[in-house]
Amino acid sequence: MHETRSHETTSIEPGTKGETPARRPARRRRIDMRALSPFIALAVLLVLGAFTSPVFLSVENLTNVATRASFIAIIAVGATFVIAAGGLDLSVGSMAALTAGVMILAMNAVGGADVSTIAIGMAVALGVALACGLFNGLVVTFGRIEPFIVTLGGMGIYRALVVFLAAGGTITMTDWDLRETYRPIYFGDVLGVPIPVIVFLVVAAVAAVVLYKTPFGRHVVAIGSNEDVARFSGVPIRRVRTLTYVIQGLCVGIAILVYVPRLGSATPTTGLLWELQAITAVVIGGTALKGGTPFVWGTVVGALILELVANIMVLSDFVSEYLVGAVQGAIIIIAMLVQRSLQRGR
Amino acid sequence: MRKLAITALAATGVAFGGAALAQDQNYTIGVSIPAATHGWTGGVVFHAEEAAQMLEEAYPGLDVIVQTSPDAPSQASAIEDLAAQGLDALVILPFNSDELTGPVGALAGRDPDLFVTVVDRGLADPSIQDLYVAGDNPGFGRVAGEYFAQNLDDGAQVVVLRGIPTVIDDERNEAFRAALDGSGVEIVDSQYANWNRDDAFRVMQDFLSKHDRIDAVWASDDDMALGVIEAIRQAEREDIRFVVGGAGMKQMVQRVMDGDPMIPVDVSYPPAMIATAMAVTAGSFYSQAPVRGTYVLDAELITQENADRFFFEDSPF
Repeated sequence: MHETRSHETTSIEPGTKGETPARRPARRRRIDMRALSPFIALAVLLVLGAFTSPVFLSVENLTNVATRASFIAIIAVGATFVIAAGGLDLSVGSMAALTAGVMILAMNAVGGADVSTIAIGMAVALGVALACGLFNGLVVTFGRIEPFIVTLGGMGIYRALVVFLAAGGTITMTDWDLRETYRPIYFGDVLGVPIPVIVFLVVAAVAAVVLYKTPFGRHVVAIGSNEDVARFSGVPIRRVRTLTYVIQGLCVGIAILVYVPRLGSATPTTGLLWELQAITAVVIGGTALKGGTPFVWGTVVGALILELVANIMVLSDFVSEYLVGAVQGAIIIIAMLVQRSLQRGR
Repeated sequence: MRKLAITALAATGVAFGGAALAQDQNYTIGVSIPAATHGWTGGVVFHAEEAAQMLEEAYPGLDVIVQTSPDAPSQASAIEDLAAQGLDALVILPFNSDELTGPVGALAGRDPDLFVTVVDRGLADPSIQDLYVAGDNPGFGRVAGEYFAQNLDDGAQVVVLRGIPTVIDDERNEAFRAALDGSGVEIVDSQYANWNRDDAFRVMQDFLSKHDRIDAVWASDDDMALGVIEAIRQAEREDIRFVVGGAGMKQMVQRVMDGDPMIPVDVSYPPAMIATAMAVTAGSFYSQAPVRGTYVLDAELITQENADRFFFEDSPF
């Protein structure tokens, strides 16, 4: 972990490794490869896709894919905080479904096709997601329970609440005009860039600033790298760790703001397995599961890679529908192997 | 629901003409079904509860206990608990065939008089059940396929969205393909979308990028059809003539009823089959009419003319 710490975070490193100046140039080069490797994997995938299908590189297809990747990208940015601090959140998929369900119910209850109805819905969504995140965080830190267990519990609770609210059916926006008012948030664009893409770029940019340029960000990395050292250095462990889950909640809330206008509904299967996709995106992006060294932009690229792999599978004609899952899995593993070998090669 | 239950009750009333004579007898029917985890099972729960109420009103002395379970192991415990209350009949929609065959078999073995009704997913050992009520999965695919064959021209291009890789999905899909045989309608692509709206949206977006011409879509499920429709709308494509889903979700039946040109028909796979099973089971106690056997409910083509028969205002599905 320490050997591969990125340059952005070296300021908090207490210099305990005692590395010699002579080794520095080699180290810096390796660090660059680590940050770059997700982008290289993305480029390789784009080339592969271009060979697979003539429509792959069309603007229409690429904007479709980038827009679809936005939910996982935004959620995975939040997961980058949690994982960098040595935690884990398995509840994000269920949390997303619950947030979407409550948001739609709130908008249906308020009624009217005005922008104000959507604003209320958005506030409710962010509130629900923040509350879920805070709950996860507090139980992990003050309850001193493994995050795996806490968020697995959260996963069950939030999912059951959606099922309960929907009575097993579907929660749908009832006001057709309101749907039309809200629809552009997913389907609209600014100068050709889809709004969800703008949202995830902004979220990632803000996250990068928070992680790399603020004391809070340095605390997150310090806890993830070595909790004991961080504690002795006076880092407020519980507060920082709880906040990472709150940030995760916030990101789920934001993702839902662009998710709901797409289909205008939430079902008990909404957000199923999103937690695994988010974690995979984070890991593909170069952030280690054991904590420390967050790569926000790598995470975003990881989310894009996941969606691109699925896209290539559908566009290609030579993979049977029965084998899609296997080929998808293989591509992800190969991408990771390529990345790792790039990091090792000096 | 109301209408169907009345139809069902009327049917049992006719079939079991002697009902009035025997109504003072006391019987208990336990109904074990999966908890509402997605739209279709939500419908099952709703129809089971409605049917329980109606049957108790129709047959004084009859007690119907409806129990939902979140997974297969708890369903196995739930039927034990039901049996402890002294059941005369068990109506069960099992989570899966293999895991529940043992527990139901054990129950039936202990009490030879117990009347066992199995719904939708058959047990691995059919000798356990007295009555089996199910939907017609091959029919589900065939009815849709026949509609495509009749309403599309020779050389028309169709894409197919499949559910989750299961026997049910295979049966439906094979029957759909068989129905298209010789019609000149061609299936140009097919992918799994897991009976999920978001996955269907994703797959359909990619189909639209990949194929310049798509004449019709067999979404094979109403949830998936909704995702498909949104993707088509975004792409602003005019070539797709219609989308056919399946199951009979309220919103989709509504669109068929309203004459939506994109959704001209739907194919039924009614969650209300649980009510059929309960009504026939109750009938077995209050008449001499033979009821043991297998009942396969038709997969019906829902059209604008008959849609009101499939629309249940209060159902969540």
